[in-house]
Amino acid sequence: MMRIALFVALVILAIIAPFFVYPVFLMKVFVFALFASAFNLLLGYAGLLSFGHAAFFGTGSYITAHALKVWGFPFEMGLLAGVVASTALGVLFGLIAVRRLGIYFAMITLALAQMMYFVYLQAPFTGGEDGIQSVPRGTLLGLVDLRSDLNLYYVVLAISLAGIFCIYRIVKSPFGQVLRSIGQNPDRSVSLGYSISTYKLAVYIMSAAFSGLAGALLVVVFQLASLDEVNWHMSGEVVLMTLVGGVGTLLGPIVGAAVIVTLQNYLAEVGQWVLVIQGSIFVIIVLAFRKGIVGELSDPESWLRTTLRRVGMRSPGPGPSARPGEAVDLGQARQPVRSGD
Amino acid sequence: MGEIFGMPVQVLMGQLAIGLINGSFYALLSLGLAIIFGLLNVINFAHGAQYMLGAFVAWMLLHYLGIGYWPALLLAPLIVGAIGILMERFMIRKLYHVDHVYGLLLTFGIALILQGLFLNMFGVSGQRYPTPDALRGMVDLGFMFLPIYRGWVIVASLAVCLLTWFIIEKTKLGAYLRAATENPELVRAFGINVPVLITLTYGAGVALAAFAGVMAAPVYQVSPIMGAEIIIVVFAVVVIGGMGSLLGAIVAGFGLGLVEGLTRVFYPEASSVVIFLVMAIVLLLKPSGLFGQAR
Repeated sequence: MMRIALFVALVILAIIAPFFVYPVFLMKVFVFALFASAFNLLLGYAGLLSFGHAAFFGTGSYITAHALKVWGFPFEMGLLAGVVASTALGVLFGLIAVRRLGIYFAMITLALAQMMYFVYLQAPFTGGEDGIQSVPRGTLLGLVDLRSDLNLYYVVLAISLAGIFCIYRIVKSPFGQVLRSIGQNPDRSVSLGYSISTYKLAVYIMSAAFSGLAGALLVVVFQLASLDEVNWHMSGEVVLMTLVGGVGTLLGPIVGAAVIVTLQNYLAEVGQWVLVIQGSIFVIIVLAFRKGIVGELSDPESWLRTTLRRVGMRSPGPGPSARPGEAVDLGQARQPVRSGD
Repeated sequence: MGEIFGMPVQVLMGQLAIGLINGSFYALLSLGLAIIFGLLNVINFAHGAQYMLGAFVAWMLLHYLGIGYWPALLLAPLIVGAIGILMERFMIRKLYHVDHVYGLLLTFGIALILQGLFLNMFGVSGQRYPTPDALRGMVDLGFMFLPIYRGWVIVASLAVCLLTWFIIEKTKLGAYLRAATENPELVRAFGINVPVLITLTYGAGVALAAFAGVMAAPVYQVSPIMGAEIIIVVFAVVVIGGMGSLLGAIVAGFGLGLVEGLTRVFYPEASSVVIFLVMAIVLLLKPSGLFGQAR
């Protein structure tokens, strides 16, 4: 109940926000909130760390940009084209990547995404280093002129929120329950008769589709599709956002996206120090605040307890049985997975 | 000069040699990754950054202290390995009891920090590192001219790879290591200090990366982004070879270097994606990798 009230308050805040804050900045936050939520669907609930989500984000933005600019698609069809393309890529990559789980999954998705980076670097329609520039925004259903930032703001807000709401519904559905059980205890899920790889493939494709939608929206906002969206840095950034906000929580990715986008805004001046700062945040979060902002705030008592224990703690050796009570992973208490799969 | 498949032999052999050199670095790096993963169950994302660090330490030794290539070949791995040991001792060790993906995320963060620091100090453009005097010039192989240094890279990398394989598979120390990989608790019960073994193993894996970095310094430019470029390819190589197998890492490293070189001859547009394509195909046919056992 608390959570729903908080959510409604945030939505009201979002509606009046563009009168106080630069709308393009806010749109960027929402686009990345959607992207991080899509990523969280995979990591937070199915326990799959994808290190190549930039491939879907970038595919969404390149295909939408091409559809709007060269094919002259209207706004809605342009978005749809981007989503369809990234979904198709999700099917293809999913069939390859879900064959290995755990830590391999991260390496494979990273490698596949890097392949897409080189494909987009060399493909004739992407404009290489220049990207696709001055993409027209068009109109919503032929009625609302999206060249106005304020008009576009409400459209982007509505689409991002709708996307995040869909993700929320997926998580709460019976399908989402099975996903969680697979994330927490894969062996048991198998023994209950669930086909793990089918579920993982399905959620991977869904995550790819929503990531593509986010990429498509980004193009409309900035009127530019570039290699930045398919670079491995982008894959790392979405991991960072989700981790900062809180893995496996609904609000976490949204909070994380807001924090990181704001940070980037202020750090635009300092050049390469951005990398150092982002890297340091990774290290600090992973070592000390694995539940992220939302996760730690929603459970302050346990946070205090674990912090106190951590201060006086001597680290044990490796191995799954090292410290059974401490297996606070990925949002839920999950069995540490033996690496071999 | 003759031709093979419409290609002058010179060109073909030249690209194969470049392929073997790239393959040397793939093999050294994926071997280090495999050793670290075997004992720590951590994918060391910082491996590329540590390779870059090795090259920069060699460069700094030369420019600030006047220490040349040959001492650097030993010193740089020792220095970077020591940094790695500190990393393991104070950071990575704290994550052994949680999901293994956190080890990956931690080392990713460390890689970003290292890359960012060096970009601030040296910018994107690379620094030149001179080829040592003893290895300058060309050698005539009859069918092509091979720069001596490149030949040295291939031979030395192969030797180091085989030596590492020998230590792990054939010596007593290696036996402890393999036993600790299988069952750390039991090995501990036999009175072997497993945490120290783990720390040293991480240090050794990192030192291998730094060694590769020193070897690479005269071939490529010493640049802050050299590690980020190679590490993703090395991940693919490791997946192809099969994570559990050291021999797999070596063979896949050299083999994929060759495949990349051949692709550059016959279809240059695909040369940057061919390794990833091979990875996708291998995963579809044999998910555990070419040399990995299905566990």
